[in-house]
Amino acid sequence: MHNCLAIIKREVGAYFSTPLAYVFIVIFLALSGALTFFMGAFFERGQADLNSFFSFHPWLYLFLIPAISMRLWAEERKTGTVELLLTLPISTWVIVVGKFLAAWIFIAIALGLTFPLWLTVNYLGDPDNGVIVASYLGSFIMAGSYLAIGSCISATTRNQVIAFILTAVLCFLFLMSGVELVQSFFQGWAPSFMTEALASMSFLTHFNTIVRGVIDLRDIVFFSSIIGVFLYINTAVIHLTRGS
Amino acid sequence: MTVKENMIAIEGLTKDFDSFRAVDNVSFNVEKGEVLGFLGPNGAGKSTTMKMLTGYLPISGGTASICGKDVTQYPLEVKSKIGYLPEGAPLYGDMTTIGFLDFIAEVRGLSGSDKQAKVDLSIEKLQLESVMNQPIETLSKGFKRRVGFAQAILHDPDILILDEPTDGLDPNQKYQVRELIKEMARDKAIIISTHILEEVEAVCSRAVIIAAGSIVFDDTPEKLKAKSTNGSLDQVFRELTHH
Repeated sequence: MHNCLAIIKREVGAYFSTPLAYVFIVIFLALSGALTFFMGAFFERGQADLNSFFSFHPWLYLFLIPAISMRLWAEERKTGTVELLLTLPISTWVIVVGKFLAAWIFIAIALGLTFPLWLTVNYLGDPDNGVIVASYLGSFIMAGSYLAIGSCISATTRNQVIAFILTAVLCFLFLMSGVELVQSFFQGWAPSFMTEALASMSFLTHFNTIVRGVIDLRDIVFFSSIIGVFLYINTAVIHLTRGS
Repeated sequence: MTVKENMIAIEGLTKDFDSFRAVDNVSFNVEKGEVLGFLGPNGAGKSTTMKMLTGYLPISGGTASICGKDVTQYPLEVKSKIGYLPEGAPLYGDMTTIGFLDFIAEVRGLSGSDKQAKVDLSIEKLQLESVMNQPIETLSKGFKRRVGFAQAILHDPDILILDEPTDGLDPNQKYQVRELIKEMARDKAIIISTHILEEVEAVCSRAVIIAAGSIVFDDTPEKLKAKSTNGSLDQVFRELTHH
């Protein structure tokens, strides 16, 4: 446990040792604010909720999370420090989890800094704060799923740009698999259980239920499983690519 | 176990990369107090052997054990007994020297005053006081190598595996590092890979030469020198590894 903490500490430190972290946070706050007020018509809707804020998160994450996850393993492989790390007395899965948690903590900080919006909506009206808390949790756990995918992809390459692009593509597929456009493409020929399975894998579908304020155990289990499965694959990938 | 304890025991060690055999049936033991100089041309399999010993690369055939523990069966126990300086001394450039050494100490399970004392000691041994708070990426090659060395000896390991420890150092620094190795040799088993032959004479009590994955010589540096007709190690080295 103590050595997992050491990994988390180092990784969080690594984010903040470069200006990248601050740039990321500023972009995240600026974009999420702009989308909420302009695209989401926060004022015009005249409703005391943060729907116009949260509804853009799946799309924001599509570009911002790969930027956070791309360095996790690709950088270690490029500089050779992965050899140093894997010859320390610490299990590979502990390193995988430690790195993942560090990146997740970073996201939590960025997400936490959007609190002025929450204050604003409470000042302007009388929102259902339960729904807002649920939405924050939903957004956070969905970010974790994006991250787990990103961490896994990052372990497959030593090139951060490739890691970024592949992660964005894979996350996009997970995001879109429930959308009408994608579904109609399959509905013509694929059996219904396949299209349903595909739809049930969609981040968007699961996230939208949480944002509506319904914390369904199935949605939580879905996102947790995505995290678990991809971190498991991540560990396997590291074992397979050692020394190459 | 006999009186002379085999701290490193390798038996028929083999490594295949797809169809290429990088290490072929290598066997040797290293006892406590021994400094084994691992020699060979580039690509002979020195680093690959070391990577298998430290548990970085999986073993294709044969066995390797550290202090009686099999490397594959007890990876964590084995890793905690080894201090390892990988080839090129990879380090986290964004960290400061002290931050990096603290990190290594914490991953190795040290904490509190024990951690402090060990980090301080390795900083002192490698004379890193002047660069303690500098980011590693801004250090010179010599300092980087010494930080890598400090990381390897930090937890006072029984086994030291050093892949080209003096590569890139100036003559004074080389001398320092060799003195340090000699000093630590008393109660440790040490393997150094190198292609600097003078180094073998200077610090090693035994020389193993490997060529194309197989051992071609295993004896004292004096015997190696005796094999030469004109007293130069270079000439024997060329004869043994030429094919």
